[in-house]
Amino acid sequence: MSAIVSPVRKPLITGSKSYHDITEDLISPTEKTPNVLWVVTFLLSITTLGFGLFCIAWTVWNGIGTWNLNRTIGWGWDITNFVWWIGIGHAGTLISAILLLFRQKWRTGVNRAAEAMTIFAVICAALFPGIHVGRAWVVFYFFPYPNTRGPLWVNFNSPLLWDLFAISTYFTVSLLFWYTGLVPDFATVRDRATGIRKSIYSFLSFGWTGSAKHWQRWESLSLVLAGLATPLVLSVHTIVSFDFATSVIPGWHTTIFPPYFVAGAIFSGFAMVLTLMIITRKVLGLEDYITIEHVESMNKVILVTGTMVGVAYLTELFIAWYSGYVYEQFAFFNRALGPYWWSYFGMMFCNVLSPQFFWSKKIRRSITWTFFLSIVVNIGMWFERFVIIATTLARDYLPSSWSYYTPTWVEIGIYLGTIGLFFTLYLGFTRVAPVVAVAEVKSILKTAGDQYTGPNAHKHAHGHVGDHGAGASVDIDENPDTKIK
Amino acid sequence: MQKGHTQVLYGLYNDEEILLDAVRQAKKDHLDIMDVFTPFPIHGLDPIMGLEESRLHQAGFVYGATGTCTAFFFMTWVFTRDWPIIFGGKPYWSVPAFIPITFELTVLFAAIGMVVTFYVICGLGPGVTNEVLDNRITDDKFCLAFDTTGVSAEKVNQLKSFFSHTGAEEVNTKMI
Repeated sequence: MSAIVSPVRKPLITGSKSYHDITEDLISPTEKTPNVLWVVTFLLSITTLGFGLFCIAWTVWNGIGTWNLNRTIGWGWDITNFVWWIGIGHAGTLISAILLLFRQKWRTGVNRAAEAMTIFAVICAALFPGIHVGRAWVVFYFFPYPNTRGPLWVNFNSPLLWDLFAISTYFTVSLLFWYTGLVPDFATVRDRATGIRKSIYSFLSFGWTGSAKHWQRWESLSLVLAGLATPLVLSVHTIVSFDFATSVIPGWHTTIFPPYFVAGAIFSGFAMVLTLMIITRKVLGLEDYITIEHVESMNKVILVTGTMVGVAYLTELFIAWYSGYVYEQFAFFNRALGPYWWSYFGMMFCNVLSPQFFWSKKIRRSITWTFFLSIVVNIGMWFERFVIIATTLARDYLPSSWSYYTPTWVEIGIYLGTIGLFFTLYLGFTRVAPVVAVAEVKSILKTAGDQYTGPNAHKHAHGHVGDHGAGASVDIDENPDTKIK
Repeated sequence: MQKGHTQVLYGLYNDEEILLDAVRQAKKDHLDIMDVFTPFPIHGLDPIMGLEESRLHQAGFVYGATGTCTAFFFMTWVFTRDWPIIFGGKPYWSVPAFIPITFELTVLFAAIGMVVTFYVICGLGPGVTNEVLDNRITDDKFCLAFDTTGVSAEKVNQLKSFFSHTGAEEVNTKMI
């Protein structure tokens, strides 16, 4: 009944950690005072957020005229940013839910932070539908509640409303899933804390004791939530794609959008997770938990989804030609050669070309390359949404309606503000909660720790249980070899 | 748990493998385990302890089905009975258009229902405090606890020797 030692498996936790080491390494960042780097980045984020809030207030006060939306181009940076943020949010749920169903142990190193990222990204995204309507003070009209206007109900047939339900559900389920996982970890922080911190974490950990029955239910809940969240991830971005696909204009009215958008969302989401994780693991010293194996696995996902996105682009071009439909053909000539050709080439370079670098194992396992390429991917995905929205609207069926769009400082400010909001929330999260799922990492230690797997695995001689007398005094912090005799 | 009424004798183990053997031994000796506390879920513990499978997922199904029906029948009522409007030439009862919201509400009801049920049946929630036997249980110690309220000293000694035979690092008593 010894821990299985496998020199063949790749270790996911390095440094010969014991359970106590895991607790120490992952909880101590929440107990120390923040360092200068954190403070500076936080102040920068808060300032950017503040400017964004000012721009939003400016918009609500003065109206949508402060943006450059016009007769034909009714959606510009607002909806581009909305879809971009929602796309980014998809990685967290995929890592937590789909990788749980696929029994991929490496998800435990990144799932907590990725889920947090999802929640913050959805908050940033949800801002845009709220403020782009003009009368932001009556956005509650979106919700079907009994009212004195008839009661006037909302249009359940509209994809814009499906979006509302999809994103609200997505936010709620992600929040619940994330928090359920956090409860045992907050209990770990609580049991190490004193004074006011202890009462705060005692409140946050809901009275968790670690009872076997509770763990059993917790695992059952996690599994079902994962099973629910999986079709949710796929459906949410599908529904977002319906905002475009259910319209009639060429370039939008296409059945390829649902899988193309979902693959693109996972693509950009994983890129953002990598950007955040590479910084986090360096700053908090968590290279033993977020290893090169994790980075390589995420790069493989980026390669697959990036290739899918590339294939989708080529399919669109092929179908435009094959269909013989002149308006569809024009739509794509326009994308490549029209007034927004620069965004199309930015998109093609960043999305089609850059993930292909990950075919090389050396580049997949290089932190520098990964960081650089993850940012390139996110830029590319922003361009993709911009190409779909602005380029298509600028040149639709009627030439007399053709126009051009550039953002105003207000729109740019709001976008920067959401980036500030995202980083403010993320930096706050790293202070308050363990960035890696403590209990889950402990549960994979025996099967993925580097003292049991990989080239450094060494055999443990297991005696019978009776060899441990009550007189055996074992120091808690010692090398695990001596604990498991 | 009622505060201050239960006498607990518990042993702390350093590793889950030793704990699993101890639980097996306890079952073999027909000892009545009060509870087992661990820092992470231990696979294989539930059947040894004799814990029944959780019916949480069955509850989840019921909640989800409630969500499906709520969404679908509400939209049907609104667009066929209450205020039928022709949208884009579609029929009043346009079922395909109802599917996305129906699906989303299914997931939403199932998730919220299951999470709330989970906290309620475990007796957990915001502001709830439970007696923690030892602060190291959420760190790296595995705890096996017996309820020894009103139990004879001879039985308590039997339990203590059980702990020493199964390799417990520490044995303590606590009133919770």
